Amino acid sequence: MSIVPLAAYHGAAHIAGPYIDWRGLSPMVALTAGGLIVLLVGLLRSEVVRNQVVPALTLATFGATIGLAIWRFNDPASIVSGALRIDDLALELDMLFAAAGIATVLLSWRARAPRESGHGEYHALLIFSVLGMAALVSAQNLITLFIGLELLSIPLYILCASETRREGSLESGLKYLVIGSVGSATLVYGLALVYGSTGSTEFTGIGAAVSQGKLAGGVLGNPMLLTGLGLVIVGFAFKASVAPFHQWTPDVYEGAPTPITAFMATATKAAALGVFLRFFDVAAISAQNQWAPLIAAIAAITIVVGNVGALGQSSMKRMLGYSGVAQAGYMLVGVVVGSQLGIQATVLYLLIYLAMNMAAFAVVIAAERESEVGDDISSLAGLGARQPWLAWPMTVAMLGLAGIPGTVGFIGKFQLIHALVAGSYTWLAIVLVIGSMLSLGYYLRVVAAMWMRGAAAVPAGAPAAAAPFAPIAGGSPEADDRAADPHFGSPLEQAPAQQPEPPEPARPRPELAGVALLFGAAIVFFGVFPSPLFSLAAHAGQAISGLF
Amino acid sequence: MTLSILIWLPLAIGLLAGLLPRGLIGRGAAVGSLITLGVAVSFVARFELGHAGLQFVTDKVWISALGIHYKLGLDGLNIALILLTAVLFSASLIWASFREWDRPRIFYFQLGLAQSAVLGAFCAQDLALFVAFFDLMLIPFYFLIGIWGSGERVRATTKLVVYTLVGSFFMLAAAIATGVLASNEHGTPITFVISALQHLPLSHTSQDWIFLCFAVAFLVKMPLVPFHGWLADGYKSMPIPAVAVFSGVLSKVAAYGFLRIVLPMFPYASVHYQTLMLLIALASILWGTAVAFTTSDARLVVAYSSVAQLGFITLGIFSLSSQGGQGALLQMVNHGLVTAPTFFIVAALAARVDGSEDLREMGGIAVRAPVLASLFLIVALATLAMPGSSNFAGEFLILLGVFKAKLVISVIGFVGVVGASFYALRLFIRSMHNRTGEKVASRDLGIAEAAAIAPLVLVILVLAFYPQFVLRRTEPTLTRTVAPALLASRHWFSCPPGCPPGSTAYAPLTASAP
Repeated sequence: MSIVPLAAYHGAAHIAGPYIDWRGLSPMVALTAGGLIVLLVGLLRSEVVRNQVVPALTLATFGATIGLAIWRFNDPASIVSGALRIDDLALELDMLFAAAGIATVLLSWRARAPRESGHGEYHALLIFSVLGMAALVSAQNLITLFIGLELLSIPLYILCASETRREGSLESGLKYLVIGSVGSATLVYGLALVYGSTGSTEFTGIGAAVSQGKLAGGVLGNPMLLTGLGLVIVGFAFKASVAPFHQWTPDVYEGAPTPITAFMATATKAAALGVFLRFFDVAAISAQNQWAPLIAAIAAITIVVGNVGALGQSSMKRMLGYSGVAQAGYMLVGVVVGSQLGIQATVLYLLIYLAMNMAAFAVVIAAERESEVGDDISSLAGLGARQPWLAWPMTVAMLGLAGIPGTVGFIGKFQLIHALVAGSYTWLAIVLVIGSMLSLGYYLRVVAAMWMRGAAAVPAGAPAAAAPFAPIAGGSPEADDRAADPHFGSPLEQAPAQQPEPPEPARPRPELAGVALLFGAAIVFFGVFPSPLFSLAAHAGQAISGLF
Repeated sequence: MTLSILIWLPLAIGLLAGLLPRGLIGRGAAVGSLITLGVAVSFVARFELGHAGLQFVTDKVWISALGIHYKLGLDGLNIALILLTAVLFSASLIWASFREWDRPRIFYFQLGLAQSAVLGAFCAQDLALFVAFFDLMLIPFYFLIGIWGSGERVRATTKLVVYTLVGSFFMLAAAIATGVLASNEHGTPITFVISALQHLPLSHTSQDWIFLCFAVAFLVKMPLVPFHGWLADGYKSMPIPAVAVFSGVLSKVAAYGFLRIVLPMFPYASVHYQTLMLLIALASILWGTAVAFTTSDARLVVAYSSVAQLGFITLGIFSLSSQGGQGALLQMVNHGLVTAPTFFIVAALAARVDGSEDLREMGGIAVRAPVLASLFLIVALATLAMPGSSNFAGEFLILLGVFKAKLVISVIGFVGVVGASFYALRLFIRSMHNRTGEKVASRDLGIAEAAAIAPLVLVILVLAFYPQFVLRRTEPTLTRTVAPALLASRHWFSCPPGCPPGSTAYAPLTASAP
């Protein structure tokens, strides 16, 4: 069946639709079918079906996607008339999205959001969002790119608002919708200008037009192309929450249901950076001298803004949101250098970033469900003594994000700095190093809270932990339930009465502890034996170089 | 038996001890540390004298994409230091095993991890591996202070970690730059193996900034004077077993880093910044001596005396001479051997003064404690480098080396030798003699205290009679370590900074490259 691309061209000449290589498309087919099935099964009224079967089917869908992606690995193909390219980069990112999806399903197993918005809808939207991401990172022309982006975004707008009886969640969804739409609109303008100046919607066509200087006055002299590229950067920057287009991130992350926050922090970010790599290192690579300084400046700003912003946060979700902004800045440097090494460094860091953030969010969710201070950092106080199986993954995740050796975070930072120095961006490497130093301030605070403060001692000790509730009303469902219950006093009156009581016995949450421990173990294991990650990253890097 | 066993054994013991019943964890960890000590002794016994090169080499590719090797080896620079590490960790664990610790499993795991990381940093022969171990060894101390420390422990541990990791991140960037720039400038594939990098010298400008990054990391860790902000809080809060190894061993890793990495790899920058480093060392000697003499806190006396002693060690290293380097290495061992028992003794003193470490409340403790007093006196005399002690030999060699290089600095450095007798004797007299303090309840050493202090004092005495034990093993390697810098300093006068890099400057060095 080596006739794929040829058949596609022949098909285009006649009226018949393009030839479709179903094998190459199979991961996406699995996602589409799974999403529809989950949606339909979710309509059944049985409690068991909704609570157990729907999540299980979702897990099966993501599992099948990963399996099919592994099957198609090492076998790059352009499919659907060259609209999509299923190469190792796309497949690796598909696996990453599906893994994030699996973790999200597990994290929301007993959460409030699926109960309120309907299990079928919640899980189907999650699957369709992953489908959008898969389309986005495989896109080979501007149309597919935009369709993928919208398919990934629109389900997320809804998912953010899926705790329909909580004001914060609705606010978060609306905020994300408005800002996401602004981002999409900017991107569409940019794409239109790029098309207008190069006369092609295909990435290869754009690349050829840019490199051959077909444009009037050459690349440098064409303000239309440069404006277009600038707008595209802004559009992507909104999605990747890169400064100065990151302001929505902490608010939306804080308001959204925490499993969805975890999903957005990992998968959405990976998709946005994947498309950064695709678009700038394939379509616009010849104009590198024009966009690289701009992206380098944005990356530097992002690193500083994210790290400084995170320093003052007491809400774990906000803190992780700002930390995600900073980490997006680190990952952008792989795009800036525009080299094999840069692509490898970014892909490597994306894989690592998934593990570190998922481990952290799993613990945040577990702690948030048991505490009455929501996702405030004080909910983690004394966790090392109470629930060490949650505290250890959180500890390695924080140390990993800070880049301490013995964790994958060190390996990732090492490779990023390596790519920067080799690409003659030593100044950006210094910015990255300074950002890492700033980040110690907030990552270590979390570790200190878990191990070095008793649960009772925290409100006095932690300077930033002022309000027992998250700033947005109802930061925690349990807290709201209790506050609404007339038998409970106000939380402030309760606090002193709570202290003499022994700590609440830990309720078993095997799925949360499982996710945390699995990713925590991965952080340490791949920190000591990083070679498999490097070979995965090398595959992804080769996928892009194969194009030119 | 490979070096990997030596390195990872403490961590394995730390993990396995956690499987024992709660009451036996400490004993298990202490016995395990003695096994580690036995392994270290076996390496020292099999170490061949008269060789400058590496022995017991383990070399495996760790990350092929980056040219990073898991390369370990022993030579004259680290052979004495791994023995010191094993001895001091054994003493610390024995001390700890006689006491109750909250959450003992995690406590002994952290100590085991710390020992593994320190041994790894000493044995690493790959720049990236060294950086990894260097950063890793800090993490257990973050927990040791933060969980089991005293006073403002969280603040102290955060300060310590932020200070040292800031230095470490600079070192990380500098280490990567060394590998990348060396491969760029010489057109070779990227490597981080130290012996390979020594044959790929960098241009003068690269050496200059990379030297500064490494120097910041090492000076913070030691610490020397402008970088000692974390010292007082950190040492004050650390639990005794942790502070004994931190002051005894971890500060030595930094000094060792200068000898292993900076001098051979950045010889021109070492010459360029020689005066600066000597002045920093001198400032540390004077400042450390002055504070140690004036503070009333017994533990801080020891802490600041460490600053002065590490100033001496740095002075020896940056004399860029073979004698100075030898003296520095000998003094690293000596200082480790005296500082650890001093911390144990301070703890023993505090136990007799109702837990206070304030010198003003001590006094007269010697009355019913002759054994404690004699052991303390031996340690104090060794600290002040009494002629006949091994410390005397070390300081003599250091000052001899500096004397040849910079006469004035050597002369001022002698003030430190005199000052040491002031603060060491003051500590001894104020606590053991003088009028008996109100809260003092004098009693002699218990087994729990003597078990850790007495063996260390014995080692001090042995080394006093036979300092050649260290010197004979270190000499050939040291001569080779300082050779590039010596060459560079000779060249310095004929070709001051600004003369074109490359050409003649590299010729004698690259001649030996394969």
